[in-house]
Amino acid sequence: MESCYAGIDLGSTTTKAVILDSHERVLGRGITNSRSNYELACQIAREEAEIDARFVVLSHYLERTGSIRQHREALMAHLSSYYSLAHYLRQLEALREECLGARARWRCSEDDAGKICEAVVFIFEAMEKEAPGEFQPEKLSKTDFFRDLASSAYMRLAEQVSIKRSIPFGRLIGLFDGAILQVENRSFAGDFESYLELARLKTLEEPRFAPYGDEISAAVAATVGVPFNVINTVGTGYGRLTLPFAKQQIRSEILCHGLGAHFMFPKTRTVLDIGGQDTKAIQIDEKGIVTAFQMNDRCAAGCGRYLGYIADEMNMGVHQLGPMAMQSKKTVRINSTCTVFAGAELRERLALGERREDILAGLHRAIILRAMSLLARSGGVSDEFTFTGGVARNEAATSALKKLIFENYGDMTINISHDSIYTGAIGAALFAKRDPRGVMADLEISKLKTKKKAPREIAGAAGA
Amino acid sequence: MTIQTTIQKEDSMIVQKEMIAGHFEKLAKAGETGKKVVYTFVPGNLNELIRAFDMLPVHPEVNALQSGMRKLSGGYIQEAEKSGHSEDVCAYVKSDLGMLKKGNVGPTGLPLPEPDLLLLSYTGCFTFLKWFELLKAEYGCRVVMLHIPYQAEGKITQEMRDYVTRQIEEVVVPALEEVSGKKLDRGRLEDMLASSARAEELLVDIWNSAKNKPSPIDAYFGGVFYIGPIFTAFRGLPECEDYYRMLKAEVDDRIARKQGPVTPDGEMSQQKYRIVVEGPPNWTSFRDFWKIFADEGVVMVASTYTKVGGLYESGFRHDPKRPLESLGEYCLGCYTNHSLPARVKILQDYIEDFDADGFLINSIKSCNSFSAGQLLMMREVEKRTGRAGGFIETDLVDPRYFSAANIRNRLESYFQMIDARRAGA
Repeated sequence: MESCYAGIDLGSTTTKAVILDSHERVLGRGITNSRSNYELACQIAREEAEIDARFVVLSHYLERTGSIRQHREALMAHLSSYYSLAHYLRQLEALREECLGARARWRCSEDDAGKICEAVVFIFEAMEKEAPGEFQPEKLSKTDFFRDLASSAYMRLAEQVSIKRSIPFGRLIGLFDGAILQVENRSFAGDFESYLELARLKTLEEPRFAPYGDEISAAVAATVGVPFNVINTVGTGYGRLTLPFAKQQIRSEILCHGLGAHFMFPKTRTVLDIGGQDTKAIQIDEKGIVTAFQMNDRCAAGCGRYLGYIADEMNMGVHQLGPMAMQSKKTVRINSTCTVFAGAELRERLALGERREDILAGLHRAIILRAMSLLARSGGVSDEFTFTGGVARNEAATSALKKLIFENYGDMTINISHDSIYTGAIGAALFAKRDPRGVMADLEISKLKTKKKAPREIAGAAGA
Repeated sequence: MTIQTTIQKEDSMIVQKEMIAGHFEKLAKAGETGKKVVYTFVPGNLNELIRAFDMLPVHPEVNALQSGMRKLSGGYIQEAEKSGHSEDVCAYVKSDLGMLKKGNVGPTGLPLPEPDLLLLSYTGCFTFLKWFELLKAEYGCRVVMLHIPYQAEGKITQEMRDYVTRQIEEVVVPALEEVSGKKLDRGRLEDMLASSARAEELLVDIWNSAKNKPSPIDAYFGGVFYIGPIFTAFRGLPECEDYYRMLKAEVDDRIARKQGPVTPDGEMSQQKYRIVVEGPPNWTSFRDFWKIFADEGVVMVASTYTKVGGLYESGFRHDPKRPLESLGEYCLGCYTNHSLPARVKILQDYIEDFDADGFLINSIKSCNSFSAGQLLMMREVEKRTGRAGGFIETDLVDPRYFSAANIRNRLESYFQMIDARRAGA
């Protein structure tokens, strides 16, 4: 395997990793929740990026395999979906173990504990049955995070179960809250080979792929153990100082977002990045070099965490906010610049009978208005304008932004990529390539762990 | 040799410390010695005139910044907020009022005397005016306020000079005579002004030393100490001149040895970035703030804050031949009395004259005098010089508004931006 370079963006909410090859092509991307453990988040994101890179290598391999070239796209979609399903089910299994494992600490009678156990088992069985529907090859996943997927399913089922079986809803939620933290703080990439094996088996069940069984199996076998020669890693983002990065292996997120945006959209002159707790307005030149920037100061209202808080207030997943706001027929004005007060304003509006989607549209506009002020402070908006960060995935936020950019700065090209959350990590990987100074031993994960789990065990759990 | 150099470097600091301690001792004993006390502010202060009447000056904003450095301002500010001062009021004011409420013990631990006169010689800062109104309510003493016209046209006209001189002649001098019970000794005042001019000449040389590479001084973090004697109680006194002679000798010695300034962590070995700064420093985390820069190899080659009392590099000197007129001109010439275009030009000249890599604005949350218009200034200076501008926000002495992690984060980005621009990739 030729040399490659890694960039890791340790954001306050999510940690992203990108692996570039020596031609500056993106080989793999990985993302995970940052939690409070940046080292683990860094490891998980890197592992995910390597796994993603293996899928890219696999795809290239299939491209070169004449007989199945025409099925390559569909084949990759199947392998990737079934892989994600296996991974999800493994995490779900761990989550169930964590929920039930806490039984000794439950303060209740044996009878009640038995009832809770049964309810939890019922919920997880239902979640496992529903899981294949979430990972269809033809369907894009709504979220990259286990927490988001698992919590929306668990909450819905727990609500039903608590009514039917007269178990306090709070009790079931408490179990989930304690267990999810434990599961998030573990890496499940060690079972990579077994997930892929399951994916291969499930894919070959498809009649159109069955005739190519040998070629597909050979391609999977050839790419599963490909080593990645990551010769340099650069870290960026909020948590970069907490990791054992040498000073020359750290770049500020401003520079990385500037360079990353330039890489994705070379004509970019202004970048807006809305992350978990930072909003950055960046001006760059024709080479992607930062010429001016402004960041939010003292207060992080209007950043991604704001949306997280609002989602909690509305008992929704954060990935559901944008789609709901897009249903709005009118925008309710939200004036509060403080996250907590915006929550109060939200409750008041609900009490006054406003529709949730209209209020959410107002909240998204409020976020973008704050960003507009920062953009103005940084020197305005020049064509082309690129919007990055986690919030750029939110369609209600991008819609409000497009409108306000047009109103304030006129017609211009606005670039938004589905992968914009990786902009900082891409910039970091580019810096890694431009300034290779050696391997970071502590973070180098050249080989995935070899712990294996029998494919049939997972297959059984999948109800396949 | 090294030991000798280290001792030499510290000499001026030790001397200044002794000067300040001596002054606060005199203030503490003012009641016994019968010395009259004038509270006044640094910008455009009339120290020679006050001293010519044998009166002792107290500078409330200097006390506030010293309280900030000694980690006392947070408590004082809370005390002031308890008596109704809003969160948005100037932190210097609240620190001073809080200190007053808690017994008016000065920075050296000695009690401060009450004022016999509140003399405001610069009204460009509206807060100063309100501050003295509050102190008047506390002490019930006499107040004299000079009206200082703003340099809207970017220069001091003869009419402005005459207008302020007349106020000094007709209002300030009679008030000082009345409170001190003495007639103005013009000969003594002229001697003091001659001494001031000599010290000012030395200070200009010290500022200009930063044109050397490496710079022997840090014109901001070190500079705030260098302005101590000349902007406060000592300008016009022989010990002030002596201090600047000693400081200049130390600086000359460092130039000869090609040595950099001494930072909190010792002598700066590598000067990677030469930066010009606009705005006051944060005092509550002064050392940490400085360390952020020193760690990155940043030397501040010029700053506007160290001109807050007055700009000397433009040629102004106190003049014994025109005593009251030059005092009036000094009041008109303090940095924040300059228009925004003039401040842009000052920054531009600093960047060019001192061959700076960029400039940084430390915008102070509770100081409108400094902060208003700074973003506009930044854009204009960037445009004119093509050098990178950085922008951070802190506060003077309110510890709640200093977030080291956020500031470090922004500054790292700023310095890396300079690196990237240097590398061109």
